[in-house]
Amino acid sequence: MKPPALKVEGLTKVYAPETVALQDVSFEIDEGSFFALLGPNGAGKSTTIGIITSLVTRTAGQVTVFGHDLDRDRTQVKEMIGVVPQEFNFNIFEKAGDVVRNQAGYFGLSRDEARQRSTAVLKKLKLWYKRHSASRSLSGGMKRRLMLARALVNHPRLLILDEPSAGADVEIRYQMWDLLKELNESGTTIILTTHYLEEVEKLCDHVAIIDKGRIVEDSPLNTLLAKLRSQSFLIAVENGATPQATRPLPNGTDAYKITKIDNHTLEINITAVDMLGDALNKLSAAGIKIKNITNKTNRIEQLFLNLTTRQ
Amino acid sequence: MGFKRQCFALYTLMHKECVRVVRIWSQSIIPPAITMTLYFIVFGKLIGDKISMAEGFSYMQFITPGLIMLSIISNSYMNVCSSLFSLKFQKSIEELLVAPISNFCIVLGFAGGGIFRGLLTGTTVCIISLLFTKLQIHSWFIIIAFSILTALTFSLGGFLNALFAKKFDDIAIVPTFILIPLTYLGGVFYSINTLPEIWQRVSLANPILYMINGFRYGFLGVSDMSVYTGFAILTAFAAALFCLNVFLLHKGTGTRT
Repeated sequence: MKPPALKVEGLTKVYAPETVALQDVSFEIDEGSFFALLGPNGAGKSTTIGIITSLVTRTAGQVTVFGHDLDRDRTQVKEMIGVVPQEFNFNIFEKAGDVVRNQAGYFGLSRDEARQRSTAVLKKLKLWYKRHSASRSLSGGMKRRLMLARALVNHPRLLILDEPSAGADVEIRYQMWDLLKELNESGTTIILTTHYLEEVEKLCDHVAIIDKGRIVEDSPLNTLLAKLRSQSFLIAVENGATPQATRPLPNGTDAYKITKIDNHTLEINITAVDMLGDALNKLSAAGIKIKNITNKTNRIEQLFLNLTTRQ
Repeated sequence: MGFKRQCFALYTLMHKECVRVVRIWSQSIIPPAITMTLYFIVFGKLIGDKISMAEGFSYMQFITPGLIMLSIISNSYMNVCSSLFSLKFQKSIEELLVAPISNFCIVLGFAGGGIFRGLLTGTTVCIISLLFTKLQIHSWFIIIAFSILTALTFSLGGFLNALFAKKFDDIAIVPTFILIPLTYLGGVFYSINTLPEIWQRVSLANPILYMINGFRYGFLGVSDMSVYTGFAILTAFAAALFCLNVFLLHKGTGTRT
């Protein structure tokens, strides 16, 4: 049987006698998975990542990467991991190309191999033309891509991304998503922490939510979404929202509720997934032409708020 | 990661550190060149001409090895200290900590940069000294061995300082309050034989005295103490500091949370 890509057991981190960052955190990630580790600020996500990547010492617990124990086989574990941290942490005085090439060197690649690998990732991330620029002079989005390029240069089997798209504009974020999807499809296991929950819904297949140093949810994405019954949709209508459309159904069902927002927008709240069709039929019966339907709240966001008691 | 790949990792770090020294030439090469030129003019020419030294050497000839050593000591120390602390400050030290490069190679890589800068400035000062005096060479081997060992020792000292430093002030404390006084009292400008006996004994506790005298022996063939003792002290210091740095890096002192 294949070992999991990452196995974390009983991870505990105490910073000071009274500051417990992680409490008995355990989870497992299958090889090839796209795993989201979510949580509010200060929940323990970065500490967890720091421990896995050898940047933070742990108080207790065990970490295994592809069957290799972090303590016993630290070098092998490091060889298999690529990490994109939350904050920019490259040397601002170095050229972009040198940042990536040196990282390849630290992974034991010869100068020629390092040059080839860094050229490939810089081209892939559209940074090749910036290779001679000082890294401090790059834009925010370029800096994010530079950190991703650096993390990919050792061809990691486990890629850890701590808020990789923070501060990136929409176009760059979409490009990054495409690249991450491609990497995941080619077999790279990915761990993602992010505050863009749309990103999670689009990319990930498994979600763990951490709050106050404890895992409060650890499920496949589909299972998690099925737990959320209530959803809200915004309906843009073509010929004006009439009072008739918002009247309760004759059979008195409370499975959905239609509310008028303005003359061209209605809101539908449903408490059972299969009731959206009924609600739309009712609008058609009332002679209302639907122009567009959008999900008002991101479903993951809703779940996240429910689970982290911040609602 | 096997030996060969560790060598590539070490080469990468050492190369990066050496390139940094050249890139910041206006901070690494020019200031010691100017400072030492002033030392040669003021102490060597203006004051030195009025001081007579024993054993047939001029005062300028006597202080030249000490001044070269002074620049090697301060530059190798400050190079590693500022480079490592700067990486810690920018958090780019994480590039090394997440990579499979060994702690042994990390310490050696930074020390390599420090030795490079120490020898580069030492050579520069040596060239400048030729404008003021005629250098004689007693033993190339001793000159090279002492300069490399001294640069290595102080590079490792700078590494240790940077590991514990939490703010920029912390990297200036050791050079200002320990290194410079010990260097100036280490016989750069005088022979300890000119001191009262009690101060001669006190001076023997200063390790820098052995380094400067050993180095001077390489040029002039005279020394206040045994060259072998100097070698032994330098080697012991370098080995102890190297092991301590590797141990602290392994423990994560100053680098990991």
